[in-house]
Amino acid sequence: MAETHSLQDMRQQAAIAAKVFIQRDYTNGTVCQFQTKFPSELETRIDKQQFEETVRTLNNLYAEAEKLGSQSYIEGCLACLTAYTIFLCMETHYEKVLKKIAKYIQEQNDKIYAPRGLLLTDPIERGLRVIEVTIFEERSLTR
Amino acid sequence: MKKCEYQQIDPRALTVSPSSAQNHTEKKVQRPRRKWEVFPGKNRFFCDGRIILARQSGVLPLTLGLIVVTCGLFFAFDCPFLVEHLTVFIPVIGAVLFVFVVFSLLRTSFTDPGILPRATPDEAADIEKQIDTSGSSTYRPPPRTKEILINQQVVKLKYCFTCKMFRPPRTSHCSLCDNCVERFDHHCPWVGNCVGKRNYRFFYSFIISLSFLTSFIFGCVITHITLRSQAGKSLVQAIQESPARYPFVHTLLSCLDSFSFTVVELVICFFSIWSILGLSGFHTYLVASNLTTNEDIKGSWSSKRGAEESGNPYTYNSILTNCCATLCGPMPPSLIDRRGFLPPDEAMSAASASEIELPPFAAKNDAHMEDNCQDLALSCTA
Repeated sequence: MAETHSLQDMRQQAAIAAKVFIQRDYTNGTVCQFQTKFPSELETRIDKQQFEETVRTLNNLYAEAEKLGSQSYIEGCLACLTAYTIFLCMETHYEKVLKKIAKYIQEQNDKIYAPRGLLLTDPIERGLRVIEVTIFEERSLTR
Repeated sequence: MKKCEYQQIDPRALTVSPSSAQNHTEKKVQRPRRKWEVFPGKNRFFCDGRIILARQSGVLPLTLGLIVVTCGLFFAFDCPFLVEHLTVFIPVIGAVLFVFVVFSLLRTSFTDPGILPRATPDEAADIEKQIDTSGSSTYRPPPRTKEILINQQVVKLKYCFTCKMFRPPRTSHCSLCDNCVERFDHHCPWVGNCVGKRNYRFFYSFIISLSFLTSFIFGCVITHITLRSQAGKSLVQAIQESPARYPFVHTLLSCLDSFSFTVVELVICFFSIWSILGLSGFHTYLVASNLTTNEDIKGSWSSKRGAEESGNPYTYNSILTNCCATLCGPMPPSLIDRRGFLPPDEAMSAASASEIELPPFAAKNDAHMEDNCQDLALSCTA
């Protein structure tokens, strides 16, 4: 299901040249990880290191969200004991990390990607399937 | 003719991407619509998108009815006797179990099982571009699968034609709900919903607590009858004195041997307990080995598939870790964002989707594919 991000609204005046989709990396199972391979379409726009750094940070954040640690076990057991009613009032650990991820992506967009005519879409808006990178047509961008 | 089964993406099946440089004609402003109103799967939504159910709710009312009626009879007719003769904790335990069962059942039925939203048209076009590298445009495209390595084991990912994406591992498309569901276990008619990643723990706690509840009620009923018959009366008289439990016995007492009818009823109860206990046992095995019903039935990881390549790549190789991961793991969020608002241009395009033939953006993305389609059309009609 297609959804717009508020940042995209700001960018709607600019024409979209292309979209690149970073697919999921399933080598470690079903945990949410994205491929760090640098797509060729972005070669002219951004540093390989910078992009890979962004994807790696996102991967780490998702790993933190899905980590099987004491916190998730306590949350799970507590939820079970309260017949799962606790999920109605409490924000889960995963949701907290998703908020962190949203903030990180917005920050990256503002600082690094927007000046280069790129836009990262939060993967949660694409069902955690892809990181969508929108490439805008270069108009009067200073690089 | 531009109708092409495999390659052309029909935007009517998907919500239209708003990021295209498309100028929709300005129509009158509608009230902001929520995403659940344009959800493409076969689901029903209640409470403005808060509650999600499969379109066919199956026998959920029957399940609820059976549980409520059985517990009602238990509390009304067996509890007073047992409180008097045994302990006051009997109805307390019964009530706790009943509440747990009902909450788990409702949570299982009303929770999004882990539905994957369908691919946006841009995404689908990108995937098709990646598949279509051979350039053989005149032939029917081969079945789309992708092989990947998971924990050093080869797993095949299938392409879902409805959702226009490669299904992640352990995801399956439910034909009843017309959705791809993550970690798809099965579609349960008793619960009226699919059982998948997000509601498997609720389903498991439902069947476990239901096993305890039915065993508890069964035990209490047996105790009740035993105690009554021990108080000097015969078994038949004991049954005669508890009318609610055996209403048919009362009416048919003259023509039927009441004792045999009682035995039949007890046997039915006995078998239903075993079927629920059997299901609980089966799912306990699945949880301990980190499998889904779907995988177990298909035999995806059984040794008969051959060589040393088989073996579940998702297991943690420890029963405790598997159980903890499946039941107490972090609760993943719902990916379909039912209550989010549709952007105004999307809402309008979704409403007028039937009027639009093919938006020009499709031409922009699928330009080379339209040529292929035309070639196909020509070759078909030639």
